[in-house]
Amino acid sequence: MAQSPPPPRGFPLGSLAIIAAVVAVAATAFAYTAGWLSPHRLTPKKLVASLAPAEGPALGHRRNHTKGICFSGTFDANGNGSALSKAQVFIRGQYPVIGRFNLASPNLNAVDAMVRVRGLGIQITQSDHQEWRSAMIDAPIFPVSTPQGFYELQMASGSKDPDAMKKFIGAHQEFLSFLGWAKSAPWTGSYAEQRYNSLDSFVFTDQSGAKHSIRWSLVPAAQTVPISPDELTKRGPDFLEKEITERVAAAPQRWSLVVTVANPGDPTADPNKAWPADRQTVEVGTLTVQQIEAEQDGPCRDINFDPTVLPNGIGTSDDPFPAVRSAAYSRSFNSRTAEESHYPRTTTGGKQ
Amino acid sequence: MTTSRTRFTAPQRLLHWLMAICVLSMLFIGVGMVSTVASKYLTLVQIHKSLGIGILLLALIRLALRICYGAPALPADISEPMKLGAYLSQYAFYALMIGMPLLGWGMMSAAAYPIVIFGVLHLPPILPVSAKLHTLLWRAHFYLAFVFFALILLHVAAILFHKLVRRDGVFETMAPEIRRAKPEPK
Ligand code: HEM
Ligand code: HEM
Ligand code: HEM
Repeated sequence: MAQSPPPPRGFPLGSLAIIAAVVAVAATAFAYTAGWLSPHRLTPKKLVASLAPAEGPALGHRRNHTKGICFSGTFDANGNGSALSKAQVFIRGQYPVIGRFNLASPNLNAVDAMVRVRGLGIQITQSDHQEWRSAMIDAPIFPVSTPQGFYELQMASGSKDPDAMKKFIGAHQEFLSFLGWAKSAPWTGSYAEQRYNSLDSFVFTDQSGAKHSIRWSLVPAAQTVPISPDELTKRGPDFLEKEITERVAAAPQRWSLVVTVANPGDPTADPNKAWPADRQTVEVGTLTVQQIEAEQDGPCRDINFDPTVLPNGIGTSDDPFPAVRSAAYSRSFNSRTAEESHYPRTTTGGKQ
Repeated sequence: MTTSRTRFTAPQRLLHWLMAICVLSMLFIGVGMVSTVASKYLTLVQIHKSLGIGILLLALIRLALRICYGAPALPADISEPMKLGAYLSQYAFYALMIGMPLLGWGMMSAAAYPIVIFGVLHLPPILPVSAKLHTLLWRAHFYLAFVFFALILLHVAAILFHKLVRRDGVFETMAPEIRRAKPEPK
């Protein structure tokens, strides 16, 4: 070790310049990685902000699918899913469920009859504590093919430019097939009469290690009774939540979980493209909704139904949406849980 | 806490450099992942959690080594306030190397996320589910990450200052062993 500093050599300008340069390069690389130098990068922050209604987001609430109600129940696996996936959740047995019925709108006070798309969030817990979370909608296809397209849709629908939607559709022809569904599909008067679809594809891995590209849907046991939006309007702005509460109080409601297996070449990366109707389907079990609870103190409130929370045996595919959704839902979750004062619980501590 | 050795022991040096790479990677992965929507987001989050817990384990080992072996004394001509600064920054590093992973683990527990590392290992929650706790820990994880990075910049600047300007052997206490044949170069 040096005994004493070397003889003074004048002002060490060169050395100090090297030190400053090292620090500056490191700090710049960090800022670049954090996106501070690339204002055009599509970040989760921008994406989530683009969802906000004109008057701003509903603080303390989900940034999309904002109005909703919690449920709890069970998933009864019949064992058939084990041929496709080694996930424990497909082994014959009962698994607890927490979920949430919701409207696909960022507006907390959305009127039921004004929101075309309805959704369902679900969390199924295996006995080994691994979880399967999913957020699905009743539309048979997603409005757009890419996450970038979803962002552009938000920008266009929030734009003051009267031609914005026209321009958007010009660049996103795939939106027309969604509009076709939106205009023609019947409305129902109950969350229980809806079919909910994963739309995104995922990959099941079976015992032998073989992989299967799949999508899944919850198909209602309740009979679908079409009603007109006008009729729904007459029933009141919050009819759906009232209806499902009464309905479940009267009798548990059931859906069967149906897995659709892709053929080679089916579009797995584009939730805007339905797979042909003749694809193999496997009914893997039954969702039973046993209890409805208001969101404010309910068990679904502080859950992020992040579609990438999956048990061993289920994984993401080449579909780019789940990753984007995971990033966006996390951002929404972080914001809303930090805004508890805007949405206080009525019982202390909350459930769970 | 000091020893008469003139350098840190070999395991201490190995851990220092290994962890320097890991921690810097973690900071870049952290700010990178929360600002991207690309598919690599999921991979980055996976690496972040796994490597973060890895750092926690290494930091505990490193702390034990530090307690056992201590650190070489700083050069005698360094002023007292500077020495204090040097020691404080070392305590801060240990606190951050152990604290950041615990904050990450804790905030994910409080948010009811399952915590899976290395693709297979399920960590148990270390805190109850609570929005309030989650917010507190999430903010701490966020702000302390920037404190951590700033401290590393300061640390590197200070070490380079020792090496290039003062040439007082402080850098050499942590430098890899390069041949004993040429003692005291320069
Ligand atoms: C890039 C595309 C998407 C973005 C940016 C996005 C954004 C969001 C956000 C921010 C939330 C609130 C999350 C929370 O705070 O917990 C949410 C909830 C939800 N999203 Fe998406 N979403 C996207 C795609 C989809 C797709 C493809 C589906 C269905 C197939 C879907 C269905 C739902 C449902 C059902 C919920 C409510 C879940 C709950 O009850 O907590 N979203 N979405
Ligand atoms: C990236 C994160 C880094 C951390 C967390 C870190 C942490 C530490 C800690 C805690 C010590 C005290 C010795 C011990 O107990 O191990 C130390 C010493 C040292 N570090 Fe680092 N370090 C980092 C990066 C670097 C880098 C990039 C350099 C190279 C320029 C460096 C050079 C040194 C040197 C030469 C010492 C010995 C002198 C002293 O004790 O201050 N470190 N470091
Ligand atoms: C030395 C250890 C660690 C360092 C240096 C570190 C650093 C960081 C950084 C820089 C960020 C980005 C903050 C931001 O810009 O928002 C971050 C975010 C995050 N970290 Fe860590 N981290 C560490 C350990 C962990 C561990 C062990 C876990 C979990 C097991 C974890 C979970 C997370 C999560 C979930 C986020 C995203 C937070 C969000 O949603 O905004 N971290 N971390």
